[in-house]
Amino acid sequence: MSGTAPRSDPVFQIRGLTVDFVGPSGAERAVDGVDLGVRPGETLGVVGESGAGKSVTVLAALRLLPEPPARVVAGQALLDGTDLLTMPSGELRSVRGRDIGMVFQDPFSSLHPSYRVGDQVAEAIRVHDRTVSRSAARARTAELLDLVGVPHPTRRAREYPHQWSGGMRQRAVIAMAIANGPKVLIADEPTTALDVTTQAQVLDVLRTAQRETGAATVLITHDLGVIAEMADRVAVFHDGRVVETATATELFRSPRHEYTAELLSRRAGAIGAPSTTAVLRAPPGPPVLEVEDLVKHFPTGRRATGPAVHAVDGITFTLAPGESLGLVGESGCGKSTLARTVVRLLEPTSGRIRLDGTDITRQGGADLRATRARLRIVFQDPSGSLNPRRRIGDAVAEPLRIHGRHRSDDGRRRALELLDRVGIGAALAHRWPHELSGGQRQRVAIARALALEPRVLVLDEPVSSLDAPVRAQVLDLLDELRSDLGLAYLLISHDLTVVRQVCDRVAVMYLGRFVETGAADAVCTRPEHPYTRALLSAVPVAEPGARAERGRIVLGGDLPDPTDPPSGCRFESRCGQSIARCATVDPSLTHRGTDHECACHLVGAPTGAAP
Amino acid sequence: MTRRYVLIRLAQVPLTCAGIVLVGFLLVHLAPGDPVLALAGDSGDAEYYARVRADFGLDEPFLVQLATYAGNLVGGDLGTSYTQGRPALDVIAERLPATLLLTSTALVLSTVVGIGLGVAAASRAHGARDLALGAASLGLYAAPVFLVGQLAILGLALGLGWFPVQGMTTARSGATGLAGFGDVVHHLALPALVLASQEIAAITRLTRTGLLEELGRDHIRTARAKGVSERAVLIRHALRRALLPVTTVIGGRVGHLVAGTIVVEAVFGWPGIGRLLVSSVQARDMPIILGVFLLIALAVVVANLLTDLTYAWLDPRIRYR
Amino acid sequence: MVRRPGGVIGVAMVGLLVGVGLIGPTVAPRDPFAIDGPSLASPSGTYPFGTDPLGRDVWSGVLHGARTSLLVAVTVALLVLAVGTAVGMAAGYRAGWVDDILMRITEFAQVLPRFFLAIVVIALFGPGLDRLIVVLGLTSWPLLARVVRAELLSLREREFVEAARADGAGTMRIVVRELLPNALAPALVVLGLVVAQVLLIEASLAFLGLGDPNAVSWGYLANQGQRVLRVAWWPAVFPGLAIVIAVLGCNLVADALNDALGARR
Repeated sequence: MSGTAPRSDPVFQIRGLTVDFVGPSGAERAVDGVDLGVRPGETLGVVGESGAGKSVTVLAALRLLPEPPARVVAGQALLDGTDLLTMPSGELRSVRGRDIGMVFQDPFSSLHPSYRVGDQVAEAIRVHDRTVSRSAARARTAELLDLVGVPHPTRRAREYPHQWSGGMRQRAVIAMAIANGPKVLIADEPTTALDVTTQAQVLDVLRTAQRETGAATVLITHDLGVIAEMADRVAVFHDGRVVETATATELFRSPRHEYTAELLSRRAGAIGAPSTTAVLRAPPGPPVLEVEDLVKHFPTGRRATGPAVHAVDGITFTLAPGESLGLVGESGCGKSTLARTVVRLLEPTSGRIRLDGTDITRQGGADLRATRARLRIVFQDPSGSLNPRRRIGDAVAEPLRIHGRHRSDDGRRRALELLDRVGIGAALAHRWPHELSGGQRQRVAIARALALEPRVLVLDEPVSSLDAPVRAQVLDLLDELRSDLGLAYLLISHDLTVVRQVCDRVAVMYLGRFVETGAADAVCTRPEHPYTRALLSAVPVAEPGARAERGRIVLGGDLPDPTDPPSGCRFESRCGQSIARCATVDPSLTHRGTDHECACHLVGAPTGAAP
Repeated sequence: MTRRYVLIRLAQVPLTCAGIVLVGFLLVHLAPGDPVLALAGDSGDAEYYARVRADFGLDEPFLVQLATYAGNLVGGDLGTSYTQGRPALDVIAERLPATLLLTSTALVLSTVVGIGLGVAAASRAHGARDLALGAASLGLYAAPVFLVGQLAILGLALGLGWFPVQGMTTARSGATGLAGFGDVVHHLALPALVLASQEIAAITRLTRTGLLEELGRDHIRTARAKGVSERAVLIRHALRRALLPVTTVIGGRVGHLVAGTIVVEAVFGWPGIGRLLVSSVQARDMPIILGVFLLIALAVVVANLLTDLTYAWLDPRIRYR
Repeated sequence: MVRRPGGVIGVAMVGLLVGVGLIGPTVAPRDPFAIDGPSLASPSGTYPFGTDPLGRDVWSGVLHGARTSLLVAVTVALLVLAVGTAVGMAAGYRAGWVDDILMRITEFAQVLPRFFLAIVVIALFGPGLDRLIVVLGLTSWPLLARVVRAELLSLREREFVEAARADGAGTMRIVVRELLPNALAPALVVLGLVVAQVLLIEASLAFLGLGDPNAVSWGYLANQGQRVLRVAWWPAVFPGLAIVIAVLGCNLVADALNDALGARR
């Protein structure tokens, strides 16, 4: 869409908008004199960190913020010159949903759980035009759902939201937003809650929606990649203000404001480009962790022999001392189950796990306890992984207590040392977890994992709940700890850029299996498996125009049912290039050169030298 | 799944009933002294005691006694009231309509008024109306029903003279037909309102809390963004799910409501099973007391069953699981 | 918790119940059973709450009644806390068939109509505070058990419990050090509500004349007042208001605690 922005007047304009949140400790300014404007057919990207005031601005403009605690102090929100903020509420109601369509962040909660999806879309039509009959609204609903790419729209319209996947639900919300051909379409972090391949699908749908309606679009996101891919112009938010507005091309080429420059400098490098700093730090020697044909099934009924979810279905890998292996996959692929099974939080169904040569698969009692000291795990959500009723100093010392080393190791001093090691001052040791920021909490969780001087750290999505700058800091800390302490990492993430940044090797997981493994560089620059390629191509690159050069692979559909995985290749149902053999024969991992394996029938002999 | 859920839920009912019968039976046998005295009081004659022994199979071994007792109950035989010398079931049945009238009126009243006030409070949360309703329901919820009754009598019956103080009908008026019906309604109004007061308070609070919670949800924002009016948001989008916890409470509080009925009957001289129960305790007329206990326990079990089925019907996630 | 006005008032009311319950009978000016005053004297300096038709001092009666209410509240609360926490913890942490059986028992205890069961017991065993406390204690725990169980079930899924397991902590340690401290506060919220209900049930039974004849209780006083309601309001209304204060206090404290918990999460 770049470069097609017409030079007409803005159809929707926010002028001098100022919003306070009134709390017990006085008013706090969330939005401070914001000016925005968007023209017909144009896409305005709104970017900034969480808490910068992006969502508050548009919600306040549509008067969708609960007042109190919010209070609009000043400003105008003009639609075709009429101020929404002073409009009588009856009139505003007819503007919402007819002239302005909205798409929200979390598709799992933005649909009413008790009404059929079709009825909710139809309501968007009938609420603005009572003359439309129920059957006409139903027919129009089916058309809309078809437009946004919902298969079998007539049948699926009769289902309830909990029967729909997140990506499908977001399509339904988009269908509602464009039901009345709005002049303005506002999408508030529409893909943040979604997997990267689903994100690619939904962004495509948004493009279609905009093309069909010609609406002026406001797209709010924290992801510069999404901005680069979608926006004609960009407004950068920082601390409740717009610090810079520019065309996307200009902004990425020559940012004027220092905050924008900082934001751009922090973006991860283009994922497909060869890494300049990658050094294989893994020293040769016997592996510290060996996992062999690991399987974990969850029975779905009460009987152990009934149908089971094949969460982990035959995984093999080794981890050298000091090495970092990244495990990438989308939600539902079984990566968290794998992490929990490897550290023996879940009982393996079959297979073998060895730590420093010792078989720990069926260990129990004191042996298992000794293993737990050397094989540690850090969880995704630092607010959930710390006991809310324990001060953080005690939380770090708790593993020492459990292992009876609190007295001998002088637990209190050791806890302070560890906190210091992860960059948390001793002054914070008496705080409760809820008094800390997300990044600080994750540092505490890491300190806790280090308390027993482990050999291997399993990191389950360690930064996915953190904002970009904090995320970078925590990743730096992890990198530093690894080289200082000689730790081996098994890092699990849905985000390829994270894995690329921290890991020597990468394994790509799909529906309980590895489909491709290899050196991080090799997998990211020369992906072999169609799924890896789709995954890589779906990652938005924070570089306008980069998309056009590389082309894109958008996967169709959703994950197959994990209780009944396909008999042939698991990826066959979503693969654009499948051949007859894929449906019947399950491909195994085969070598594609030194330290690069791929499980795909289409990938024949090794391709040989790297470019 | 739905059918399965309903069947399991139905299968639990006889088990629960059997448990309740067992509790009553065990209590009789745990009581100090000869069970025949516990069951028939200490002022009967030898012939009457013999009949009670036979009725309850008291000379038989424990399990046979239990079987006899349970068999009698299934056949609708609650034993013989020794104060009146008639089947206990007949004595209770005579008084039941008055109590049912009072309880069911209060149940309907509290549901309708409670939900209405809850919606009124939530629609302008933190406004003056909301605060007044909040304070009133907090106070009413904490007040014993007899105090509410006494204050109502002092204010509305004795003070303003709007309602009669006692009874279900005007003595010696002999009014029949429509006039008689009007007379009963006039007598019913105050006790029913008093009985409903605590439930109204509970349901108002619950509806308000549920509505506010629902109104804060993302799908409500979606509805507003679609252009749905505030009224429709409140009634069509928020109320339905806000009523789920209310449903549970209405079923769960039936036992509580019947207990309140007993007290209200004492305050207003209402001729239901309440006064029968109190006089039976004073006279230790056990067949009546046990009979009332079993009937009310049965009512509570049925109310809970209906609640669970309604809940499953209201929440598609249970239905379609 | 005490930062909210409701919480402050609630704590004050519960404090009043405890204080008067402890020292009330010793500071009461008269014997509440003594028939020595004028009949139905209206409230005055000598008789702050007036007298009943037999000339008994209502103020002294209310002071003595507080002890009965306090005794019932505390003992039933202890029984409920013991049984409810034990059942809830066993069901919530062991899951499986233990949970199934315990929850069926809990559901059963919950449908038993407490009020009427208490009447059956009074009829069979004679009136008395001791049996009343036992009956109410043994029938009032299901709600607490369910809340403790639900709390544990949701806590068990929280990552900090998994983290403790990954630390090598055993089951007992996890229950005692990780789960219980977190489940206690919601349990206390429910306990406050249960005690409020129990106070009302005790008062209702006493009002019906089924209370302990040897203990002065507010319900009994209200019953005495009911008989003369047409001529005097004070013998009924003052004891009734005392009940409101005690019950409202428990409810307010529970509400405030619940709000404070909500803010923490």
